[in-house]
Amino acid sequence: MIENSNLLEIDSLNVYYGAIHALKGISFHIKKGEIVTLIGANGAGKSTTINTISGLLKPKSGAITFGEKRIDRLLPHKIVEMGISQAPEGRKIFPNLSTLENLELGAYCRKDKEGIKRDLERVFTLFPRLKERVKQNAGTLSGGEQQMLSMGRALMSHPKLLLLDEPSLGLAPILVKSIFNAILEINQQGTTILLVEQNAHMALQIAHRGYVLETGRIVLEDAASNLLNNPQVKEAYLGG
Amino acid sequence: MQFKKIIFIILVLGFLLLVNYYVPRRMNPYLFQILILIGINIILAVSLNLINGFTGQFSIGHAGFMAIGGYTSAFFTFYFGRNLVPSLTSILLFPWLAKSVIFVSALILGGTLAALAGLIVGIPSLRLKGDYLAIATLGFGEIIRVLILNIDAVGGARGFADIPGYTNLFWVLFFMLVTVVVIRNLINSTHGRAFLSVREDEVAAEAMGINTTYYKVYAFVIGAFFAGIAGGLFGHYLMYLHTNSFTFMRSIEIIIMVVLGGMGSITGSILAAIIFTILPEFLRVVKDYRMVMYSLILIILMLTRPQGIFGLKEFSLLTIRNIFVRKEQVAK
Amino acid sequence: MINGIAWGSIYALIALGYTMVYGVLRLINFAHGDVYMVGAFAGFYAVKWLGLAQEPTIFGAVAVFLLSMGCCGILGFVIERGAYKPLRKAPRLTALITAIGVSLFLENAGQLIFGADPKFFPQIIAKKDVISSGGIILTNQQVIVLGVSLLLMVSLQLFVLKTKTGKAMRAVSFNREAASLMGISVDRIISITFVLGSALAAAAAILVALTNPKIEPLMGIMPGIKAFVAAVLGGIGNIPGAMLGGMIMGIAEVMVVGYLSSTYRDAIAFAILILILLFKPSGLLGGFTGEKA
Repeated sequence: MIENSNLLEIDSLNVYYGAIHALKGISFHIKKGEIVTLIGANGAGKSTTINTISGLLKPKSGAITFGEKRIDRLLPHKIVEMGISQAPEGRKIFPNLSTLENLELGAYCRKDKEGIKRDLERVFTLFPRLKERVKQNAGTLSGGEQQMLSMGRALMSHPKLLLLDEPSLGLAPILVKSIFNAILEINQQGTTILLVEQNAHMALQIAHRGYVLETGRIVLEDAASNLLNNPQVKEAYLGG
Repeated sequence: MQFKKIIFIILVLGFLLLVNYYVPRRMNPYLFQILILIGINIILAVSLNLINGFTGQFSIGHAGFMAIGGYTSAFFTFYFGRNLVPSLTSILLFPWLAKSVIFVSALILGGTLAALAGLIVGIPSLRLKGDYLAIATLGFGEIIRVLILNIDAVGGARGFADIPGYTNLFWVLFFMLVTVVVIRNLINSTHGRAFLSVREDEVAAEAMGINTTYYKVYAFVIGAFFAGIAGGLFGHYLMYLHTNSFTFMRSIEIIIMVVLGGMGSITGSILAAIIFTILPEFLRVVKDYRMVMYSLILIILMLTRPQGIFGLKEFSLLTIRNIFVRKEQVAK
Repeated sequence: MINGIAWGSIYALIALGYTMVYGVLRLINFAHGDVYMVGAFAGFYAVKWLGLAQEPTIFGAVAVFLLSMGCCGILGFVIERGAYKPLRKAPRLTALITAIGVSLFLENAGQLIFGADPKFFPQIIAKKDVISSGGIILTNQQVIVLGVSLLLMVSLQLFVLKTKTGKAMRAVSFNREAASLMGISVDRIISITFVLGSALAAAAAILVALTNPKIEPLMGIMPGIKAFVAAVLGGIGNIPGAMLGGMIMGIAEVMVVGYLSSTYRDAIAFAILILILLFKPSGLLGGFTGEKA
């Protein structure tokens, strides 16, 4: 499934939050069909990376190339149109809109009615719970359902690359498991995924490759299975 | 130390008296009027900065406090003060002294009433934040105006005429200094840190044991008091008051001074008060386009320097010295 | 009473502009009342240009409406792009002062261009009594005011609830970043909001001019403030709330003038305002829940 061409390439990216140097020249790439995970402690720069790819933050220097095109100066909605969508940290669903309306907004930039319908079905097969809640206000959904909605919403734009920011945050272990199963399934259906997680153990189990981020720098890069057995990683992120 | 302070105060007062004696005689009346208005606007801007800049609340009803102070003190001097001058003169020997006593008591009375109003407005501010507080203060200012408009004893819609002209340069400068010194000392005291903490993070301030409610109301009361004094000076200078001088546009003008001077910078407020009192006069050159230019300058300033001219910084001789020192260090 | 409802629907139309803009930008657009004023003048010149003052026609009246709404829509767009967009990330107070600056600019530019003296809006629809029974007199103008404003409000509500752009508007007003992650162009949605709000203000201006033909460059200030109060009354950011708030406001005003004195007419708005703020700051119909500090 994994092709040899790079879908996303990040080259010496520098990002500042006001005076704080949040990303200090990081470089990495994602191949078509992969699940790549970024792991690291709080404040290491994981969400900053994802938000910079999405265009919410503007890099000071460095390049982000998606396919053949530079995307680091584009506005967020243009980046969605090009095929990158994000399920943000904390879900950020629209609580006053119904489940269906949330999903429809995910397909905002698409015009192909047939395709949208197909993707809606796909989301419902992936997350049958959402189908039961279709008319309900999204604010009334449980935490796990909201996470499903957030991911489903991101899938509705039919992205080539899906960015997931802390999908397991605040969820019960059993729910975490089903969310991660869904991530694997989405990947097997052909979507490339960048997964940012604090739950390094789970993330490395489903990912092909992983990068370890520490205070704005990439300190390790390897196949996920190697990282799982790496003593350094074990001690710092997998609880010994 | 105490002795030095007293000498200093006497010297300042003497200087003010000297200025008061010479300036009106040497200066043309038009410029003199601008000077008086600058003084009054400085009082207004600095006192509003305590509420808006230092405690981070958002009041657009400052003209309301000013109106209360102006009308109250004018009411006092007009109906009582004037008749008291002869009898007070017989005790205090000099008519000017008698007038001063009456004037100062009138101003303080006006300020106190305004402060009371500040207390009343400060209480809702416990529950309201940001835009909502802004609207409430706006409403308050307008209600005051409409109420005064309906009180016949102060002229109602005709305006309040024949107010004794007690205001002179001395009193304006005197109260201006008092305002600046009091508010500056307040900010630099432990209270001051509390004010700032309310602005920066109310929840955190509360968690540190700071009674945020108390400080918010406190800021309103002090700010309103000085606005009331400014109103009194204004009325006794023009010798005429009309509610049209206290519309919400007047509040806006004061806010413009505070914001452009830099929220939380006293010196910034002072400079902005000077600039924005003189600016409309300069713009008289362009005649009909005056107000259009004024509003354009305002928009452009906001777009280019949204943090105000001085931001949070205070401007003083020390800063100038620091700049020079830094340059020398660079030179070395 | 009918007069009150008529005024109320006018306030509601203007209040919608405040509420919509506040929803997407969290900005009290002080210039909105002045956009309303420009709407009245745009209508005035449209009438002249079309030569309707001599022979009023229905089509002419409709054309005046559309022209004036179009003008104000463009004006709203220009204001947003020119003055507010550069301040997206600035503190809210800065944007507010800028809004006040824009308001002053429109008022003073209006005095220069249109002249400071009041002008009289020609009668584009002749006044007729439609119903007069049991002491109730209803003129055709009042019917038009009510009908047109009802039509506009219902279409706006449908637009916001049913269309894709409307949903995008609601998404933006909840969370701008999350909305942009949906591929929604936030800038475009904000512009559309300004255009719609301004056009509604223009419609309100023409409706007012039908019954109160005196127009002048400072006419926008008071209705602007009152409509804003109406928006707060109904819960700012809430569209049906703005309609309800406008109605209450109009009726309360007419009652005060009838039973008390007309000098208190302007004070009632603020008295209502302060009571609401004290007892139910989120407004009658509640605000949106997405507010963050």
